[in-house]
Amino acid sequence: MDSSILLGITTFTYLSSSLLYLCLLLFKKERIGKVATVFTVAAFIIQTAGIALRWHESYRLEIGHAPLTNMYESIVFFAWTIILIYLLIERKFKIQTIGAFAVPIAFLAMAYASLSDDSSKNIAPLIPALQSNWLITHVVTCFIGYASFAISAGLGIMYLLKQHFNTSTLLHSLPSLKILDDIIHKSIIVGFLWLTCGIVTGSVWANTAWGSYWSWDVKETWSLITWFIYAITLHIRYTIGWSGKRIAWLSILGFISVLFTYFGVNFWLVGLHSYASI
Amino acid sequence: MEKKNIIWNFFSSVNLALFTLICLAVSSIIGTLIPQKDSLETYISLFGIKGTQFIRLFAFDEMYSSVWFIFLLFLLAVNLIVCSLDRIPRVIKFLNKDNLTLTPETLHRMPFQDHCIMEGTAGEYGQEIVSQLKDKGWSAKKRTSDEMTIFFAQRQPWSRLAVYLVHLSVLIIFAGAVYGKVAGFKASILLPEQQSSTVVYSRDTPDPIELGFSLRCDAFTIEFYDNGMPKSYRSTLTLEDKGQLLTQQDIEVNHPLKYKGITFFQSSFRPYHDFLFTLSTEDGQTKIFRQEYRKMVDWQETGLRFGIVNLESVDEHATRLKIWFSDGHGEPAIFWIDNNSQTTIDRGGTSYIFSAKQRYATGLQVVRDPGVWLVYIGCALLLIGLYITFFLSHKRIWLILQQNRKSHISFSLHGDTSKNMIGFERQFNDLAAKLKTKTHE
Repeated sequence: MDSSILLGITTFTYLSSSLLYLCLLLFKKERIGKVATVFTVAAFIIQTAGIALRWHESYRLEIGHAPLTNMYESIVFFAWTIILIYLLIERKFKIQTIGAFAVPIAFLAMAYASLSDDSSKNIAPLIPALQSNWLITHVVTCFIGYASFAISAGLGIMYLLKQHFNTSTLLHSLPSLKILDDIIHKSIIVGFLWLTCGIVTGSVWANTAWGSYWSWDVKETWSLITWFIYAITLHIRYTIGWSGKRIAWLSILGFISVLFTYFGVNFWLVGLHSYASI
Repeated sequence: MEKKNIIWNFFSSVNLALFTLICLAVSSIIGTLIPQKDSLETYISLFGIKGTQFIRLFAFDEMYSSVWFIFLLFLLAVNLIVCSLDRIPRVIKFLNKDNLTLTPETLHRMPFQDHCIMEGTAGEYGQEIVSQLKDKGWSAKKRTSDEMTIFFAQRQPWSRLAVYLVHLSVLIIFAGAVYGKVAGFKASILLPEQQSSTVVYSRDTPDPIELGFSLRCDAFTIEFYDNGMPKSYRSTLTLEDKGQLLTQQDIEVNHPLKYKGITFFQSSFRPYHDFLFTLSTEDGQTKIFRQEYRKMVDWQETGLRFGIVNLESVDEHATRLKIWFSDGHGEPAIFWIDNNSQTTIDRGGTSYIFSAKQRYATGLQVVRDPGVWLVYIGCALLLIGLYITFFLSHKRIWLILQQNRKSHISFSLHGDTSKNMIGFERQFNDLAAKLKTKTHE
């Protein structure tokens, strides 16, 4: 039993619960929703064990670091935080149909991670710049922010679909536009706070490592661009005439910026941050 | 009432903030797509001559230090200041008003209401209210008049000002960045082992920057993982002034040396093709030598000669060295040692302690930034301000008791909150229930 087996099981279980949530939308039977939640929670627990096991395995290899340092590990952690935040939202708002839009994102992330080439799946030692306690704080705060934004984007898509196809019976079981707008707003706020933490911890770390808390490195700059987009979104509610539909579009635009900050920068642009490439 | 004019309204508007943030976002994006501060050849090869001229004209190659980017940041700062100065007086006036003088008509427009008729007298019931409210965490004031008694309590009124703390913290961060830029420097130096320097070099200024003391690299060591990646590297640095030792310290990545406001960071290294040797004789003579590969070292006082005749390496890092050593008597000794290690050479009755290592230059970032603490304070205030702005609300409750008849009182509870209506609704209903049920001991 090693971490990769556990994480493989996780991927399949997320797929199953995604399908269950979809069935919930189609058949509107509350019992399906309960089963879906059970599957999601089970997969989450298995994934947590898988991540913890990988952390432990790194110590057995005498490398010893948190599993957050390359693309594979970060995608797995991203999926984990998406499900964590989704489960918290499901518990607080007691709405399960959102699962049909949130859990597939986590499944796709895990599936993409499993397609990465073997060298990224191996536990690799850290170069000196990454050997710091700031690693965990900076990466975790950023990813909680990213995950909240992923969920707000999923909700944004739900909002736009429901508004556009307002006669569809399939989408009828989704929560009302008012509730969706409220949850989008709240998840953007949570994401914004955690992203701010992520940028601040990154800056403090950069200052202790390189003597510069801000160098306009492409990854730093793109995280700031993402921050600007959400700051704009939060301020737009205070101008006249901006409806839930526009906020929904902005939540999707913001998440595209998150994806570019996360992946696009590593693949297309080069900078101080290029620790991860597949 | 101040006279508001068009210019003030313009600079205090949310629309200006949106415009500035959008412009900053778009400019930042352009700055990541076009290489920054690169060579002329790079731009011409990517964009052609005309494209490069266009880029240079708008300073797209130096986006973040260009005049107009700085102007956008300045505009944002002015916007933050004016919008806060514009709105804070109103908020303070709102917070200072006497809530006990609100009319029942106003109170009936509050979003949360609970009314009923109860038995008892306002006098005796009124005594209990203040302590009941206190139990629930509300410290209330009351005012009694002929017709009625009104109670008022509120929580976290200052949370309405938190958004201005957020704005202020951004301004503090800007101030820290400007101060650091103006009063500090960011420089680097590639300093070979056993060498010292009194200056460091900045990309922004053509002249070298005087440290005011001498910086010396005594030693540099590096370890590698099996796959060839660097595992750790550190330098031993000595700071001296006119021969007086100021400080000596080991630094490694993430653990810099701080001295008199200047910080020295281990950031990189470069392997050289020459070597450092230490040779000690039994009678106490020791000397350090520097010599290139396959060249001889001649220690005339002792008649000892040696050199590296062969080596094994991974990339540019020597792993093992083949040493040729002669003391002038008999056959020379030829042996392999690991790079950066020490060995004892026995030569007929006497022995020598010998060590050899590849010479490296340590790459250091040297920074003076007096504004960094201001930036950190700004960041902390930003996080606190954001938390309060979004998660704490200003809650108010009013209770009016009126004696209807000799033994009946009308009970009117009103409530208001600045945010989180749903959460407050539950709190309000709980409070109403509690206040209504407990009438006697």
